[in-house]
Amino acid sequence: MKTICLYFEVHQPLKLRKYRFFNMGRDVNYLDDHLNRAVVVKNAMRCYKPMNQLISRLIEKYDGKFKVSFSMTGSMIELLKHYVPDVLESFKVLAASENVEFFAETYSDSLVSLIDDGAFRRDVERQSRLIEKEFGVKPRTFRNTELIYSDHIGEVVADMGYTAMVTEGARHILGWRSPGYLYTNAENPGLNLLLRNSGLSDDIRYRFSDRSWSEWPLTAKKYIDHIEEDEHAGDIVNIFLDYETFGAYQPCESGIFDFVKYLPEEALKRPGIQFGTPQTVIKEYQPKAVLHVPYPISWTDEERDTTAWLGNELQEEAVSKLYALRDKVETLNDPGLNHVWDFLQSANHFYYMNTKWFTSMVGKESPYDSPYDAFINYMNVLSDFSRDVNNRYAKLMQKQSPKATAPAFA
Amino acid sequence: MKVLMFGWEFPPHITGGLGTACYGLTRGLARNGVEVKFVVPKAYGNEDQRFVRILNASDVEAVYQDSLTESIRNMVTFIHIDSNIVPYSSEEEFNELRREYTEEQLHKRSELWYQRYQFSGKYGANLMEEVMRYAVIGAQIAKDMEGEFDVIHAHDWLTYLAGIAAKEISGKPLVIHVHATEYDRTGENVNTNVFNIEKRGMDAADKVIAVSNLTRNIVINKYGIDPCKVVTVHNAVRFAENDKGRPERALDDKIVTFLGRITYQKGPEYFIEAAAKVLKQVPNVRFVMAGSGDMLNKMIRRVAKLGISDRFHFTGFLKGDEVNDMFALSDVYVMPSVSEPFGISPLEAMRSSVPVIISKQSGVAEVLKYAIKVDYWDVDALADAIYGLITYPALSKLFINKGQEEVMSLKWNNAAMKVVEVYNSVI
Repeated sequence: MKTICLYFEVHQPLKLRKYRFFNMGRDVNYLDDHLNRAVVVKNAMRCYKPMNQLISRLIEKYDGKFKVSFSMTGSMIELLKHYVPDVLESFKVLAASENVEFFAETYSDSLVSLIDDGAFRRDVERQSRLIEKEFGVKPRTFRNTELIYSDHIGEVVADMGYTAMVTEGARHILGWRSPGYLYTNAENPGLNLLLRNSGLSDDIRYRFSDRSWSEWPLTAKKYIDHIEEDEHAGDIVNIFLDYETFGAYQPCESGIFDFVKYLPEEALKRPGIQFGTPQTVIKEYQPKAVLHVPYPISWTDEERDTTAWLGNELQEEAVSKLYALRDKVETLNDPGLNHVWDFLQSANHFYYMNTKWFTSMVGKESPYDSPYDAFINYMNVLSDFSRDVNNRYAKLMQKQSPKATAPAFA
Repeated sequence: MKVLMFGWEFPPHITGGLGTACYGLTRGLARNGVEVKFVVPKAYGNEDQRFVRILNASDVEAVYQDSLTESIRNMVTFIHIDSNIVPYSSEEEFNELRREYTEEQLHKRSELWYQRYQFSGKYGANLMEEVMRYAVIGAQIAKDMEGEFDVIHAHDWLTYLAGIAAKEISGKPLVIHVHATEYDRTGENVNTNVFNIEKRGMDAADKVIAVSNLTRNIVINKYGIDPCKVVTVHNAVRFAENDKGRPERALDDKIVTFLGRITYQKGPEYFIEAAAKVLKQVPNVRFVMAGSGDMLNKMIRRVAKLGISDRFHFTGFLKGDEVNDMFALSDVYVMPSVSEPFGISPLEAMRSSVPVIISKQSGVAEVLKYAIKVDYWDVDALADAIYGLITYPALSKLFINKGQEEVMSLKWNNAAMKVVEVYNSVI
């Protein structure tokens, strides 16, 4: 029996406005609200609404045999709530169907798992509580930003009580082995790992409407044939995609919605194929082996490592300056500051600063002319935010210990 | 006295200090009773003509090659036109110019020797062609205006050939004004075409005016010009007529500013290294590097590497009012130039009540008493000076007050008087 595990990532990186040195100390609106709103409204129209409706219908039609999973950041939930609340409602409808699993992840698509364990735990805890509040189910599966994973991160995730985690089937980690089986974390065998099948995922993500591709046009039948015939694919076929693939990266007129529509029909026609989510998979299958990942992997670039975000001195500087503020922001715990703190942590800002060649993924294009512009703009915002945090922190400390500042002779 | 003056730019259409200096000087000359006709390659019509008559070279009809003497024709053809050298340009500007150039290249080449030629008046990729054409126009103007001028005065290498041509035609004395040399712009890797034009201009001139003793020495030593022929006349600064309201300061921190092209000549890296040293000692200070240039990205990387980018800000290229705003927000202005023939920006900073630190390798260091002077490479001394000015109010107050007085005394009127002396010596 082969199980197809479809998982969709729903997150919109928030873009900063052009923030110059001359704005510092004057303006605290760091985001390009107009652009961010336009993007979410466009994606809602082109992807979220039609796709949610389609999935809803398919679940009903196949009576529980069609299953999918979603991972949605806390920032995304806030954004949907603010600009397109009906989309959030349609996700709630999906969540209620019991054939849809929601994962836990970081609150704002951050790199915090690579920085500090304690902060990582608190961040995931916040996210998980929000998912439970909005969708009524406590997540049991974890997905990290950009599918970043290492033995150590897995250990922390297992310790938080998660039983499954999704990551990349990176070739340099797997070697001859197939991503199509369950693996376990090297430190804690209680954490099952589901690995993305990058070939089959990218067939949809990148190649679906590529007319120069030998497999074009990709029909549901052809795709399921591949899955059925491919022996290397293993028992569990993990198709992990950005949700915007449907209708945004691959536009409606490419036939992507028809592809999805016929996917369950083609698959369920055959006796050896079913759909699943990570939680149904770990109940049904036994792990095949332990996976050793001493250095972090991700789903980006040929190298599948983390150098797209933390590869040069600009990125290292920005990240270290950002997280130097962590204790103060947590102590202050002010809603306004927390909001800024969330979106400043988002991985996309650091991605725009990368100076590697050939690193430009569809849908992740930088709004800046160069990595240097990205760095300058981010640092201007961060410097101003840092000024604000430090001022408020100093005031708070003064309030808490008024005696310490009183003159000694008084 | 009447002067025929050749320049390349005139306010408000300027890219560097050259246009500003020409404007100040012509005003000063007008006050000294000198009548100036100022030729620019391209006039826009909105130049301030109260003190000077602007002649637009693009409007002059050159009666084709017949009117040219043999020697000018030789001069015009002596340089093969192939280079893309651009004296004042940042990378972006250069790319923009490259684009313009390739677009215009085809018809420009053939049009060049038409009777009337539309100059771009910029520092474009076909600069050499324009310089040549300007020389032809120079000859024509000298002929058309025969008897209407006593002296020819040419500013910087772009106009030297025009000056020489005008001298050939009219037989009037030529004064050339050196605002910068090829050595200042490029270090030791001089462009020989430019060097040759500079050398020709200096040789043909009856007197050479240098903007500082530093530049005078370069003219004498590197170009082999007779010291008796070379006179130093320092630049001055003009007080803006209407100082518009200053922006309010929004940051509590002290601000230390570098403003200029981010190129080797301006020494940006020394500013960064000094900033890192100061930031180790004082937390409440921010550094700003305003401008753009071929070393910008390298500087950004260096700042990131030093781990000071939360207190070191880049603004990119600043335009008109933004420059004044930047001065108004600054507590210290630093000009660590490796080589600066004069350097007018510290004077502008002092005028805005900002104490300045300048390198000893700048011409302006010769005329300023109330500026801290350091060797450009002496990062410790630079850091020390910055620390002093932001930490000890008494020191900065002294520099602000005395600096204002000092800069007020640097009048174009006085500089113009010296230039008139030079004219008198050649007539």
